[in-house]
Formats: sequence, structure tokens, C-alpha cells
Amino acid sequence: MLLSLAQSALPIGISGIEKRFGAVSILSDLSLDVAAGEFLTLLGPSGSGKTTLLMILAGFVRANAGSIKVGGEEIITMPPHKRNIGMVFQNYALFPHMNVFHNIAFPLKQRRVSAAETAERVERALDLVQLKGLGERRVDQLSGGQRQRVALARAIVFEPRIVLMDEPLSALDKSLREHMQIELRNLHRRLGMTTVYVTHDQREAITMSDRIAVMNAGRIEQIDQPEVLYARPRTKFVAGFIGESNFVPVECRNGSVWYEDRKLRMNDAAPSTGRHLMVVRPEKLRLVADADETGGVNLLPATVGDVIYQGDSFVCYATLKDGRQVTLRDYCRSDVLAKLPAPGEPITLGIDAQDVVLVADQ
Amino acid sequence: MSIVSASLDHAGGPDGALNGDALNADARREARGLFALLSPGLFLVFAVIIVPIGWLFWLSLFDESGQLSAANYARFFEQASYIKTFVTTFKVAFIVTGACVLFGYPLAYMLSQLPRRAASICLIFVILPFWTSVLVRTYAWLVILQRKGLVNTWLMDLGVIGQPLPLANNFAGVVIGMTHIMLPFLVLPLYASMKTIDVDCLRAGMNLGASPAATFRQIFFPLSLPGLASGVVIVFVLCLGFFVTPALMGGGKVIMWAMRMEQTTSLYSNWGAGAALGVVLLAVTLALLGLFHWLLGARATGVWSRR
Repeated sequence: MLLSLAQSALPIGISGIEKRFGAVSILSDLSLDVAAGEFLTLLGPSGSGKTTLLMILAGFVRANAGSIKVGGEEIITMPPHKRNIGMVFQNYALFPHMNVFHNIAFPLKQRRVSAAETAERVERALDLVQLKGLGERRVDQLSGGQRQRVALARAIVFEPRIVLMDEPLSALDKSLREHMQIELRNLHRRLGMTTVYVTHDQREAITMSDRIAVMNAGRIEQIDQPEVLYARPRTKFVAGFIGESNFVPVECRNGSVWYEDRKLRMNDAAPSTGRHLMVVRPEKLRLVADADETGGVNLLPATVGDVIYQGDSFVCYATLKDGRQVTLRDYCRSDVLAKLPAPGEPITLGIDAQDVVLVADQ
Repeated sequence: MSIVSASLDHAGGPDGALNGDALNADARREARGLFALLSPGLFLVFAVIIVPIGWLFWLSLFDESGQLSAANYARFFEQASYIKTFVTTFKVAFIVTGACVLFGYPLAYMLSQLPRRAASICLIFVILPFWTSVLVRTYAWLVILQRKGLVNTWLMDLGVIGQPLPLANNFAGVVIGMTHIMLPFLVLPLYASMKTIDVDCLRAGMNLGASPAATFRQIFFPLSLPGLASGVVIVFVLCLGFFVTPALMGGGKVIMWAMRMEQTTSLYSNWGAGAALGVVLLAVTLALLGLFHWLLGARATGVWSRR
């Protein structure tokens, strides 16, 4: 029973959400569709409105306008306790006066589930989050990771149609956080509930999500699968927020793109006009010998600023002719290490035509 | 390794370790210094708490003729008026505490839910009477509640009642006056504990399917209990030894423990009997604190261990 969420997962249709606090606009005309069973992450810096959107979904904050439909049913004015949406809070919000069992049984008690079935379902939920046998523990006897799991078990034990998570891993230390990311993702795959996850950690978003909606100043900048978002950011904000980026200004003339006096080779269609920036990821750059300019590579002459050895990889800071800094990162394979440039040395950086991404320069 | 733990390792005698003697001497010097800093406080506790209470206990063991006897304590069981005073005291304390909970809980709840600015303004109205003399407040109540006081005049002018209500100089007057004076003692700790309740816990309750009323009953109320308990303990214990208000508002009809003590010492000059009353009140108060502690855990009273 607890493992049969996939069939009951429902899509969410969010449209035209407006939220203002006084004169300050938090969300403006925000629309977003979440597919049934999808793991969608709202990613953005603090103040981007991602938590406010989650609060509106849960029913704790009233929007000024808009519609939220769950499986076609409008819920925008439904009180939170009738929405049947599970939520994992940032600080877990476990009830300190109840033990683990009663915390997890709480939603079942509200739904008048019989004692025998409650015991069975709590047991299964505890098993699912690997806390078997800890039902009698007090909440303050648990470690951070265990609390996180109890909060998760409590949010899914009543088989909600949708699960919301508000930065649930932000209070855990790094290694536990990475472990829980994988665990959450696996749990989502097993249970298949529609999940909306909020985080400001781009790596976490990329690791876990089916799709990521990057939010900035109350709007969605781009919504895509992680690999598309990383490889083909559509705005400067997205390129800067997800992964490391250097921006190189380019010019669009006569249907082609120019960096200084070189015509850029690129697979994407060139924008017709206007000032644009080339998004240069550190790992897409490589050191090339001066001579081997072939069809698919763009060459950027530069001077080495500094080379930093990091064990498995190295980082090379280089300055382009126009004085702009770019970063190159590569793994320390022996052949690469043998040819590492020294500071001050002139080098040529190469970027493949397929890796050239342009964004508008705002 | 800190210097202190190093010296602790070598405490108990030099074993030829490098600078062992010097480090031991240093540790002893530090301990003496800390004790010296503590001693004014210890002296104060001894002089104003231990000595007077010991004296009180000593006095209570002698009868009027100066003979060592248990007569002062025997009186509690023999004289009906003593027993009556005892019962009255507890009755007043119970009713006043109950009234404080009845008025104080909704008040503290409202304060805890108000926006910060509004809450601090309202809090001033809770604390303001706190700064006014008990005597002044009690006389004010007398003016309001007496036969020809504000309440009775208004009610009679409005034609609600034909005869003045007996609100002062009786049990009702004592309860009204004491409730007013005790209310802040309940509201302040309760408000403080309500402020610490995590809003997300209440949100989680609703999110998990509990209606607002169920969330209050199952989450907010249980989480406010430690604050309520400490408020109740403070009010109840203060009521047991209260003097001014019952003396003025009771009109001589409501005799509480502290009034009995005052009579015994100033009217009858029986210091032994008065001291015995004090010892019994102290013992009962301590027993009550122990009972609350046992019932509600250390957090409520904060007297014994803090977890």
C-alpha cells in the first residue's frame, strides 16, 4: 500500500501566480506545470521567491492572484489541512512532545486510520527510511540525519498526492547531505510521488531532479532537464548560477558571430544582431598546440596567470587578449601534466563548436 | 591539552614530571581564587537565608513561657481556627490560580500571535500594573468594588440590579483583587514559552491534515504546557503567602495564612506560634514544588536539574 503511490501521483498546474508583500512583488505571473510523478526542483538564490511559491502550494501563504490545479482540481483557496500534500520542512518541524512513532502516526490519526493499520503503516514507513526499531525514541534523541528521515517518513506515510520539500538537506553536513540526496532520489523512484523540491544548491538540484526551474526575482528564468540547463543555459543568470562560467563578449554581424577579429564556429544558429556573451565553462576549454586549428575548434589566444594543482585536477587562470579572465579545468592525466604551462607563458585555449553557447548581454 | 587539564593530570603529588609542582600549585591558586570570588555570594546566602530560616525554626520550638515544646505545632491540629485558615488559604490559592489560567491563557495566546510591535505595546499594559504598588492597586479595587463603588453604582443606575452586589470585603473581593495582581506572573512565563513554539510545527500539523482547532489542541497546547506550569507554580506559591490584598479586600472575613502570622506576632506577641506558621508554610510550599516537579518534570519548575 505504501509502495503504490505511482498510480495516484497527480500533475500540478500552476498558472498566473502573483504574490506581493505590500508594494514588493515576490512572484509575478508565474506559471509552471509539473508532470505526475515528476521530481521538479525550484532552484534560485535567496529572495528569488522559491520558498514563497512552495508556501503557496502548501496553503500557508495566500497568493494575490493565480490558479493551482492538482489533477485538474482547483486548490488555490483550499485550507492547508484539506490539501493532502506532504511537506518536509527545512528545520524538519518534528513535534518535540511526541516520540518518533507518534510523529509519523500524526497524519494517520487525523485521518482516523485504525490503530492496527496505523502501527503497520508507521512500521513500514520507518523501514522505508531505514529507521526500523526507533519508533519509541524521543525526537531530541535523534541525530540530524535521523530527524530528517522521520520528517520524510511523516510526509509520505499518508500517501499524499504531492510531496513538497523546503531545503530539507541544508542542515546536514556535506557527506550526509550527498548520501541523503541519493537516498531521496531512490525513494522518489520507488514511490513515484509528484515532488516539488526547493533548494539554492545547484549541485543538489542537478543530482536529484527530473527537471529544474531556475528562479530569479520572482520569475522562472528557465525550466529544463539538468543536462540541458547546464549545457544550454538561455540567460546569463542561469549560466552564472548553474556551474562555473566565464563570459566572453562577442559581436553579431551579418549572420555570424565574432570574437574580436575571429569568426566563431558554432553549431547553434547565430543570433542576428545585438551584444551577446559566450558562456565558457572551465571544463569545456582545453589547451591546444598553436598549429592544430581544425574545423570544429575555436581558438582563443591567452596568457597564463596562475596554475593551481588540486590533486585530481588542476585549474589554470588565463587572461585573454582583451584582458578578460577565463578559467580552465582539466584532470591530471600524465600527458596533460607533462605539458602544463608556466605562469606568464602564452597559450592557446580551444573550445569546440558544439560547446559554444551564447546568451544575451543584459 | 589545556593548562587546567594538564594540572589535573598531575594533581595528587609530584611524580617528577616537568614543572609538575609548579603546575599543581598553579591549579590550587586558581581554585582558591575562584572560591574567593564566590565567597561574597555565599556569605549573603548564609546571612539572609540560612540564618533567618534556622532562627525561625529554632523560635518555633519554644512555647510562650520559653520552654522547649511542640505546642506551637500541636496547635495546628487542635485549634479549629488554624485549620480553617489553612483551608481558606488553599481555597483562595486554587481559585485565584484557576482564574489566572482562565484569563491569562487567552491573553498570552493573543500576545504571542500578534505582530511584534503590537505585542510589545500590549505587553506594556500587562507589565504596567506590575510596577504599581500592590497597596495602591488593592485600594483601587476597593473603590471600584465597594457598596457604593463604580461597578455597583453603574449597575444600579442602569437598572440591572436593585441591591448592591457584595463584591468587596468578602471572599469574592479577595479573589478579584488577587487575580488582578497575580495575572502578570502567569502571563509572562506563558507568553515567553508560547513565543518559542516553532511556527513550522503548527504549519506541519495543518499540512498533515489537522484542522486549526486540532492543531491547537494536539500541538500548540501541549507545547505551551511547560510555560503554563511554571506560571501556575509561581502564582500558587505567591498566593499561599499573600498578605496585603486579602487583608484589605477581605474585610476581616477572609483570614489567610500570612494574616494569621501577622496577628500572632503583632497582636499576641507569640513569636513561637508565628514562627511555627512560617515553618509550616515553607514546608508546604516546598512540598508543593516537589509535587509539581514530580508531576510535570524539571522544566516546569526550573528548581532542580535543568535538562
